Formats: sequence, C-alpha cells, structure tokens
Amino acid sequence: MKRTPKLLAYAIVGIGALFMLAPFYFMFVFATQSRVDIFNVPPPLFFSDELLNNIQVLTTRLPFWKNVGWSLYVGLMSTALTLLFCSMAGYAFAMLEFRFKRALFALVMATMMVPSFMNMIPSFMVMDALGWIDTHRALYLPGAASAFGIFLMRQFAASTVPRELLSAARIDGASELGIYWRIALPLMKPALGTLGLITFISSWNNFMNPLIVMRTAENYTLPLALRSLFSTTSTEWGALMAGSAIATLPLIVLFVISSRQLIAGLTAGAVK
Amino acid sequence: MRIPAKWAPYLLVSPFLILFAVFGLFPLLFSAWLAFQSWEPTSGIEAMKFVGFDNFVFALTDGWFWKALKNTLWLAVATGLPQHLVAIPLAVFLHQAFGKWRGVFSGAYFLPYITSTVAIAMLFGSLFSTDYGLVNQALHALFGGDNINWMRSPDAIKPAVAIVVFWRYVGFNLVLYLAALQTIPHDLYQAARLDGAGPWQQFLRITLPGIKPMILFGVTLSIIGGLQLFEEPFILTNGKGGADQQAMTVAIYLYRLAFDFSDFGGASALAWIMFGLIAALTWLTNKAFADKQVQA
Repeated sequence: MKRTPKLLAYAIVGIGALFMLAPFYFMFVFATQSRVDIFNVPPPLFFSDELLNNIQVLTTRLPFWKNVGWSLYVGLMSTALTLLFCSMAGYAFAMLEFRFKRALFALVMATMMVPSFMNMIPSFMVMDALGWIDTHRALYLPGAASAFGIFLMRQFAASTVPRELLSAARIDGASELGIYWRIALPLMKPALGTLGLITFISSWNNFMNPLIVMRTAENYTLPLALRSLFSTTSTEWGALMAGSAIATLPLIVLFVISSRQLIAGLTAGAVK
Repeated sequence: MRIPAKWAPYLLVSPFLILFAVFGLFPLLFSAWLAFQSWEPTSGIEAMKFVGFDNFVFALTDGWFWKALKNTLWLAVATGLPQHLVAIPLAVFLHQAFGKWRGVFSGAYFLPYITSTVAIAMLFGSLFSTDYGLVNQALHALFGGDNINWMRSPDAIKPAVAIVVFWRYVGFNLVLYLAALQTIPHDLYQAARLDGAGPWQQFLRITLPGIKPMILFGVTLSIIGGLQLFEEPFILTNGKGGADQQAMTVAIYLYRLAFDFSDFGGASALAWIMFGLIAALTWLTNKAFADKQVQA
C-alpha cells in the first residue's frame, strides 16, 4: 500500500476506534461525578471524586451488593453446569457411536435457529408451573445444555482427542464414563476455557430471562437492579453510572486478558 | 456399580435431552397450541378457550402489529446496512495496513459486543439527555441549532436506538470480515498488480468475491438479529416503546401483549408469525445470494 492511503487508513480506523471506546470512557468519568455535574456545560471530561458518594446512593436505593452477589452466583452456576453438560454431550457426539446420533445432533443444530422471543411466553409458563418464579435456578438451569456449547465442544473434541488413546484405554479396561472424565476432558481444556468465558459473560449480561422470571429486588441480578433505578422519576445518574461501571469493569478485564480466545469462540460458528 | 458401555453415550447426552425436552421442545409445542387459544393467565388454566385462527387474524388486522413491524424493519435496515458498509472497508484497512496492531484495534471495535445491554443503554440514556446531554452539547457546539429531544420525540427515538445498536454490533461484523479476508490467497493480489489493476479494481475483483460467503452469513445474522431486536429499545424506552410507540419493535409488542395486557394467546400467535417471517427472509437472502455465488 502506498504512503498516503496507508495514513488515511490509520486515521479512519483510529478515529473509529475512538468513537467505539469513548462511551466507555464517559461511563467511568460519569461514575465519579455527582448527578448534577454530569450535565454541566461544558460536560465533564475528566474524573472527579464523587465515586464513593455514588456507590453510597446505589447501596441505599438498591440491595446493590446482594445484586452483585446474585449475578456472580448465577454466572458461576451457569458456567459450571454448562461446561459439564456441553462437554458430556459434545464428547459423545464427537467420539462415540450410538443410535439416533445423527438425528439428535440435527436437533441440537435446529435449536440454535429458534429466535429468543419464541420462548418468552412458554418458558414463563413452565417456570410458573414448576414454581420457579423468582428463583435463581430458573436463570442458570434451562440454558445449561446450550446448542452453541455442545457444537463448540463437539468440534473441538473431534479435532483434538485421538481415537487411538480412547481404544487403548478401553483395552486397559477403563469404563466409558471414566474415559470421558479422565482422558477426554483434560484434553478439551482450551475449549472449556473459551466456553466458560462466553457462558459467564452472557449470564452476567442477561436481561430478558431475569426480566420475565424475577420478581423481588432482593433477588435481582445486576442488570435488572440497575434498570429499576432508571425507572424512578428522578434518575440518580451518578449512581447509575457507577453501577454500570461496576457491571462493565469485570467484562473489560476479562476481555483484555482473553480477547483472542473470546473473539475466536464467539465467531466460531462463522469461521469454521 | 459399572454402567454398561452401550448406555454411556445416552447417559452423556441425557442432560441435553432432559433440559431440551422441558425448556425447549415443550414450550415450543405449548406455544403453538396456545396460539389457537384465548386465555388470560390470571383466570386459571380452565378458562382457556379454543378460538381457531382468531389470534392470527387479530394480529394481522390489528394496526399495532403493522406499526411494530414497520418500526422493526426500519431499525433492521438502519442498523444492519451501515454495519456492513462500515465493517467491510474497516476490515480491509485493518487487514492491509495494521500488522501486529490488528488485534488491538479489532478488539476496541469488538468490546461493545460483550458488554451489558443495560449498562450501555443507561450510559446512552445519559449521553442522549435533552438539555445538557453530551451528544446535544457536541451537536450544538458543531452545528448550532436546537437541542434534540432524543428520548421523547417520535422522530428522534428511532435514530437514537439505531446508533446504539450500530455501535454495539459493528465490531462483531468487522471481526467476521477480518477472518474472511485472511482466507484470500496473497498471490491473487500480486497477479492482479502485475496485470495493472489498481486498489479499487483489486477490491472489486478479488476482495469482494473472496468475502462474499461471509457477507451472506453476516447479512443473514443481521436480518435474524434485527427482526428480534428487543433489549436496546426496551431499556431505552423503559419498556414502553418510546414516544408515539416509534421504537416499539415486534418483540417489545409481543412482550407487552403478554405481560402488560395478559393476552398470552395473541402473543403466541404473534411469535409464530414472526418466526415464519424470519425463516422466509433468511431463505430469500440465501437464495438471492446463492444464484450468483462464486464458490470460494
């Protein structure tokens, strides 16, 4: 590429990146401003010292730390169960032979095509019938054998777990479940890491399911709790931005540590 | 006790089968059945009444559905089209001129995709604030003129939602195109240069055909996602659909029909209508592209 077009490319991509990151910067700046100062003329461009006050407001208006705790709890439960269930099914689809295998895997793929709103009403009714309204298992259990996760695990197992190793273990008398647990699972660690990250992040951000199922502020996860602050008549913007920043910071940290792995996982369906 | 080897596979897939049966298949079938019933959940399961296609007829003759559909299509086009028109050239620039910095920059674009919709909607709610919000202050400083009432004027709420959605998903498409560009063999460009083709010619003759399958995939995802748009407008308009319901998408209408107006039958019929529409549009896109597609 010649020099001028190259500079132009740098400029365009750079300015674009600034526009992508600026909102995050302002989220953190606003988190440290009072609700009045956020709307100063000219607007605040740098950090101030109201962060602790904002968090104070947050904790008086909401059971805030409880909400953070529930978000963590639901995220970890959902991650643990998803890793277990998806690796089990993914391993079976990749490495074992059984009747109806093709039909069942087609079913897995088909469930990926169902739009999220299709389940909104019936899943509310199922939760109601089970008596799971306002419980946290309603948030982490239903999606714990996600089609995406099974697909990811199957692809990975098929390309990395050597069949000879499994046959050797069988000859040595290892049980089928033992082979999955002691031989295949350790080999699937990289994919487990990716799926774990994706699962935790999407649970942490999830809004639609808690919106339909959760009822009391004490039990809310972070997104629902923050939104309930927004619906009051005079919005505490400083506190709201502090809460949003707290909800966003762990994700940014996770992303900086593992962006390559995350991006590869999230676009896996497309690139393979 | 040892489980017989031939049972092992079924045991391994059983969590999927059980969860799918209870939380996937049953709800779907139930929703299909509910679409033909008239029912308010508060009146108990006995109050359910078979009404044939009434719910579908009502949805299709009711003005609200068409209004919501128009909003949804408007938003799908206004967010989907720019996403791809911006992501493709950006991906080309990143691919050609950034070397080892490619990861850092594509990461910056990708970051909004993994953050919480609620946090983002809250933030943009403050940025779009009418009197002293940052966006209006910036617009005023640059162009003068009156403040735009982004959240409460029927004309401005859709563009405001579209900006948020565009910002959130453009990086996802960028990453898809970046991956596609890496599969185009380098010698193709060399050969083209030897034949005297300029950058624009190379883009049209090599790059574009090379990423065509990904364009098809990306556009399909945008259509599917755009027609399901729910969270961003729902949170920004506080669950109501905005001034004059201008940001009420079909998914928001469906939610309100069920949970604000207790019409579970009507909402189920609506869900199936939308499902059909999404399937049809996906099929049409694939057909339109496939006719001219060069096998990559």
